[in-house]
Formats: sequence, C-alpha cells, structure tokens
Amino acid sequence: MQNRIRAVRWQEMVTPLAAVILALAIGAGFILFVGENPLTAYKILFVESFGNLRNLATTLQRATPLMFTGLAVAFGYRAGLFNIGAEGQLYIGAFAAAWVGFTLTGAPRFIHLPLAIIAGMLGGALWGSIPGYLKAKLGVHEVINTIMLNFIALYLTDWLATGPFHGGSWVPETARIKPAAALTRLYPPTRLTTGVFLALLAAFVVYLVLWKTRQGYELRAVGLNPDAAEYGGINVARNTVLAMAISGALAGLAGTEQILGLHNRFIVRFSSDLGFMGIAVALLGKNHPFGVILAAVLFGALQTGSAAMDRLTSVPRELITIIQALIIFFVAAEYLIRRILRMKEGA
Amino acid sequence: MDKVLEMRAITKQFPRVLANDRVDFDLNYGEIHALVGENGSGKSTLMNILYGLYQSDSGEIFVRGKKVDIHEPRVAIDLRIGMVFQHFMLVEPLTVAENIVLGSELRKGPFLDTKRAIQEVEDLSNRYGLRIDPRARIDDLSVGLQQRVEILKALYRGAEILILDEPTAVLTPQEVEDLFKVLLSLKEQGTSIVFITHKIKEVLAVSDRVSVLRRGRKIGTKATAETNEQDLAEMMVGRVVLLNVEKEPAKPGAEVLRIENLTVKDQFGQEKVRGVDLSVRSGEVLGIAGVEGNGQSELVEAIAGLQKAAGGKIFLGEQEITNWSPLRIREAGFGMVPEDRHRRGLVLDYSVADNLILGLHGKKPFVHYGMWRDDKAVYANAEEIIEQYDIRPPVATQPARSLSGGNQQKIVVGREFTQNPRLLICAQPTRGVDVGAIEFIHQQVIAQRDQGAAVLLVSAELDEIFSLSDRIAVMYNGQIVSVMPAAEVTEHKLGFLMLGGRLEDYEAHEVSGNAKQD
Repeated sequence: MQNRIRAVRWQEMVTPLAAVILALAIGAGFILFVGENPLTAYKILFVESFGNLRNLATTLQRATPLMFTGLAVAFGYRAGLFNIGAEGQLYIGAFAAAWVGFTLTGAPRFIHLPLAIIAGMLGGALWGSIPGYLKAKLGVHEVINTIMLNFIALYLTDWLATGPFHGGSWVPETARIKPAAALTRLYPPTRLTTGVFLALLAAFVVYLVLWKTRQGYELRAVGLNPDAAEYGGINVARNTVLAMAISGALAGLAGTEQILGLHNRFIVRFSSDLGFMGIAVALLGKNHPFGVILAAVLFGALQTGSAAMDRLTSVPRELITIIQALIIFFVAAEYLIRRILRMKEGA
Repeated sequence: MDKVLEMRAITKQFPRVLANDRVDFDLNYGEIHALVGENGSGKSTLMNILYGLYQSDSGEIFVRGKKVDIHEPRVAIDLRIGMVFQHFMLVEPLTVAENIVLGSELRKGPFLDTKRAIQEVEDLSNRYGLRIDPRARIDDLSVGLQQRVEILKALYRGAEILILDEPTAVLTPQEVEDLFKVLLSLKEQGTSIVFITHKIKEVLAVSDRVSVLRRGRKIGTKATAETNEQDLAEMMVGRVVLLNVEKEPAKPGAEVLRIENLTVKDQFGQEKVRGVDLSVRSGEVLGIAGVEGNGQSELVEAIAGLQKAAGGKIFLGEQEITNWSPLRIREAGFGMVPEDRHRRGLVLDYSVADNLILGLHGKKPFVHYGMWRDDKAVYANAEEIIEQYDIRPPVATQPARSLSGGNQQKIVVGREFTQNPRLLICAQPTRGVDVGAIEFIHQQVIAQRDQGAAVLLVSAELDEIFSLSDRIAVMYNGQIVSVMPAAEVTEHKLGFLMLGGRLEDYEAHEVSGNAKQD
C-alpha cells in the first residue's frame, strides 16, 4: 500500500523532471548555435547558482518571491480556481506592508515587523477575495476578474506611490520603511533575508491546511468536484471566497517580502512579473507546496546563473528566458511527454 | 453455419490486469450475438481489439474466412466493421446528415452537396427502417435518436458487422425497446451484430446467442433459447445469485418524510415538480417509478436541499426542512445515494477513504477541535466500510476513479447506509452496476428498511421498483400520478401510468378487457 503511494508520487515528478531536461537539451542546441560548449555554459550556470554559499544565497533570494507567488497560484488551483491575479494581489500586499512600514514610528521590531507582514497578507487577501466573491455570488469567472484587478492594482499603487504617499525624491516611490519593519539579512552582502524562512513556513502551512485539516478537505473537494462537495454539505461559495483570500494573502506575502527585505520602500512597478512567474512555478511544481519550493529554487537558480553565463561566455542571458519558457511549454504539454516516454518503454 | 467473424485465443495484457485471456469469439452472418459480463470482465477490450483501437498481444482474427490484421480503425472500417460507442462521437451543432457523411463528404465544387447528403441519408434510413430527420441538429435530438445517428453513421460506411458497446446504458426503457426493434430489422437485412451489455434481460430479449466473459476469460457461449436469467447470472458472477430480494412484509411505523404541495423550478423557471404530496413512513420502501426526466431528479434534490423549493413544504419527522442547507438536512438524519455518482456522489480524484467521509468530514472522530483531520480515524472508518461492503480492490488509498462502477457505487452506499439515517433516498441505486453488486445493494436497502429507515427509492428500472418497494408511486410530468400498494401493481399497469395514462382510464380498459398499450 505504501509502495503504491510512493509510486504515484514518483510519477508526479516525472513530467517536471522530463520537462527540465528536455528544455536544457534544446537550450544546449542554442548554445552550440552561438558557438559555445553547452557543457561549459551549463557548468557555469550551475556553479554560479549553487557553487558556493554566496551563490546559493543569491539563488534563494531570487527564489523567495517565486515561492510565495507559486504557492498562491497552487493554492487557488487546488480549490479549482485559476488565480491569474497574483501580480495585482502582490502589489496591494506590498503597498500595505510598506505603508505600515513607513507610517508606524517608534514600535519595536517584534511588533512593527509582524504588523507589516500581516498588513501585506491582508492587502493581498482583500484583493484576492474580490474576484472570489464575484465568482461565488455572481458566477463571474475568476480569470477575467483577476486579470482586470491586476490593472487596477497596478494603477492604484502607481497613484498612491506618486501621489499621496510619494516619498519626496524624484523617483516614483514612497518613503523608506523604518528599520524596525525590515526583514533581517542572513548572509551579507547577499540580499537573502529571513523572508526565505517565511516562505518555507508558508509552504508548510499550505501543506497542512490542504491535507491535514477539515478546511483543506473542503477546499480540495470544491476544486475537484463542486457538485459532490455541495452534496456533501460543503458550502461552495464560502470556500471559493476563502480560497481566493488565502491565495491572495500568499501573493501579498510575496510583495511584502520584496518590500521589507529587498527594496525597503514601495517602488512603482517593482515586481517585473513575479506574480505571473508564479503561474509557471505552480505548474512546474505540480501545484504541490513542496514542488513549488523546488520549482522556485530552480527558477531562482536560472536567473542567478544566467548573469554569470552572460558575463563569462558569449551565451546571452536571454537564453535562460527561452529555457524557462520551454520548461513551461513541456510541463503544459504533459500529454506529449507521457507519450514520448511510453514510446521509449515500447509499450 | 457460416461465420462472418472469428476471433481466436485473443490475449491482451494491461499493466496489472489480464484483460483478455485466450478468448475465442465468433459471429454468424445475420445474427445478434450478445457479449455479456460484469464491468471489467474484458468485453469492451475484446471489441476494441476487433475495431483496431487496441492491439492484442496474441491471437488471430478472421473476417469472412480471411485472416486479418486490424491495427487501426481504418482497417476495421474497410472490412465493413462498424462500432457504436457508449459515448457518442457526434458534432452537436451540425445536422444529422452532416454528421453521417462527415469524413466522406459529397462535394459539389468546393461546397458540400447538402442536398445529396440529405437524400442519401433518407435512402439509408428508409432502407433500414431507422426513421430520422436528416435536417435536424444533433443537439436537438434525444439520446435515443443520437444513438440512431451513430448506427446510421456506421451503416453509411458500409458496416455489415455492427458492434454496439453497452448501447442501452444511456437509454430510457422506451428507447431501449425502439433500439431492439432497430436491431431486429437490421438483422433481417443481413447485418451481423455484437451487442455488449451487462443486463441479462436485454440479452434474452434480443439476442440469438450469448457469450459470457468473466475476469478476462470466456466462460461459455450458448444459444439464447437454451438459457435463462438465473443461468446467465451465475455464469457472469461465478456463483449462485439471488435475483429477487428476499424480504419480510414491511412494518411501517411513524411518518418520517412528508411533502406538501412541493414545486421545484429549474434554472430557466420551468416547473419540474408541480405540486407533489408524498409521505414515507419508517420501515417502508416507497418506490417512485417513472420515465426519467419527469421531475424525479428535481424532487430528490429539493428534499436534499440541493435545489430550492419554489413552493410547498418538506418535513423530516416533526421538523420542517424546506430549503435548509444540505449540511443541516444531513445532520437531521438524512442520507442519499444520488442518481449520478460521478457528478454528486463521489470526488473521483479523492481516495476511497476520503470519499467515505464526504459529508461527515467535519464530524468526530474525523476531526479534532473542529479543524485537525485525524487520518487514523479516516482510515479506520474506510477499512471498516470496505470490509463490510466488500469494496474491491480493498485499498483505502486508491483514488475512487480507479474502481469499477459497482465498487464506486458501494462506496456511496456504504458511506450513506452506515450513517443509519432516518430518511434514506436511493436514486437509481444500481445504475451501471454489476449483477453481483445489484444483489448486494438491494439486500442492504432492505436491511436499512428493517432497521426502521424510511426509504424513498427512485428508479427507472421496473424490476428494481418491484423487487424493493412496499408502495409504488408513479411520477409523470412533475406530478405524482398515483400511489399504490406494491401488491396491487402489475408491470403493465405501471407502464401505462408511466407514459401519462390515467388510473381511471386504465381501470376502464381493464374492465372492458382490452387495455391499450401505447
């Protein structure tokens, strides 16, 4: 019985691994095309992202926000919701955290920092629950609403950070947060902070909630079969709103971590698609919290290593973007991969 | 006799299951050969091999005496073999004629020659006596007529050997009769037919010969005239099967369910249940007979709180439960086997264990402090029900999706029945379920009754209504036409009422001695 479970888990990992390997193989073709040795390039990529403590720290620092947004998308997905709005929820959460960070004065760290984090979560949760509510009450599809709310969040925070809360410099950003609200750096000069622990904790909590609580049972049942859930006495509407709120809170934490750990102020349009990358991370991580962590670390590593690869070889860093895209393509084309694998087995 | 088809020693191994184990099968010219067996006995696999959808690991196929290698459906079609699947493959927005000629369209320049297509389909349907309007759109047709289009599609491609995979599973009793007429007329025209089913009555009604499969092996082939229901059931299941439930007369107690003037509307505002009054007492089974789509589903869903009652009242015991939430109704002592186990009854991707707590997942002992799940209790519960209800394979961690229909249904039945609800609704409790499992489920229903549950049974199978009910109600067009003690009802009378006849008319005809059958 136990073996069977393990067999299933392994199968789950086959597609993502195959996708990564295939993408790297095709990437090798590109590297050959520009006249470099793929092995050398990949070795640099690996060493520069994992080779020593400092590189590893940078990798983790890049991975941290992706862990959060990946978890956000995965959580929604488990409840049957496709949250395209992690980006917007991230901005609202980030701004809320920044606001607490620069507004509150004189509070000690053990109060100020948690308050800022909670504000970030609440901001994201609020933004996520709007499309959740619209879906539950009016049946409007969440994909549409989350996309639209992304734009609203973007322009809203643009305005807040350049208007009422402009920091006074010539840059479109707010004032700096107080030191008491900042996350602690773990390994200077890298910018890795305690935020990474927060992300790991979040993954663990997501795991517990989804698989070890009554609420998780309900959320997943709603995601897999809302009709059966309803028959089983589960309130589908309530769970839909809740799922979007939790998903939004996780995305909000991504923004929070970026503000309190990296930027220390809210900068207009700081995110560069971290929310959207979350979709890819969740997909690659098979919507499982531990898979999401691994996928986020992989993406973090690719980004970290790509700079060095660009510097040390003639391979452009854009190659990494191509590889990331290919990974996503192959994961999405799971069916194709399974067929290829089956053909090899000769069955 | 001359054989149009012969399959010899067909073997097919799937991962973990030997689906066909040296199966021999043959088909005479112009006969209807029923292929029966429980779910998972390998009948569909065998026919899919014949149609080229699967390749056998070993074995030979001869068509019209010539050895053939059917490695894809194209080859089968060229050999004039046609197959009608359980799930239709029709393009819904297109017309009947367009669907039938699809893939071999008649052209007039760059355009489809619609006129000729319609003409050809009309000729075809006249030749075989399969009446249909070639201009009708598929999505306007009933399931029975859609199936007819599938058959015509196969015939249009020249099929002389027609395979029908569980064709009756989706049909109402009336449509089944129509289908049988069609099959018999096809036979007369010389078509050879393989008819896959697991319903013994159908075998006896329409086939010339019957072959029984069990766990991938052929148990035997018999002339239908030389066999009977009991005999076939035993061949299928491998042991003696009780086709009729043994039960004591009911001892009805207090009223448990009372429905007063209930109306239920669908999403378009159409009244589906129109002023129903009903009462079910503790210790009795009330069977609701009726052609599907006459409001039974809506009635049941309204009682369960899954659809809103637009008017009227529902009482469970003394309490009015009209439009309560499904959870509250459950907690008041209600259990239900829903008519569609895939849609309502199960979360197919959940494990058997998780499915066995659906609806109880928030209760002790499955959660502590209203929140933390107790995996041990969940699995203990699963082991218990799996054993008691003989769910196979007996693996609690297996996803429900991987079980056969009968075993999936046992999950639902086991879960609901072990609650010992005061009111138990069983809607189509044995649909798509094996003979062996039907016997078991029927016994459990009676056991619930004898423990004092009020049982409301909704079924489209008259046999089931007759063998379980103490009283029988007929539902037609959203209304309860009449409620009668089971002993006073004949199959003929029930059939008459189900089709919208009035009781007074029936009795009038009976008296004059020529009950009219529609």
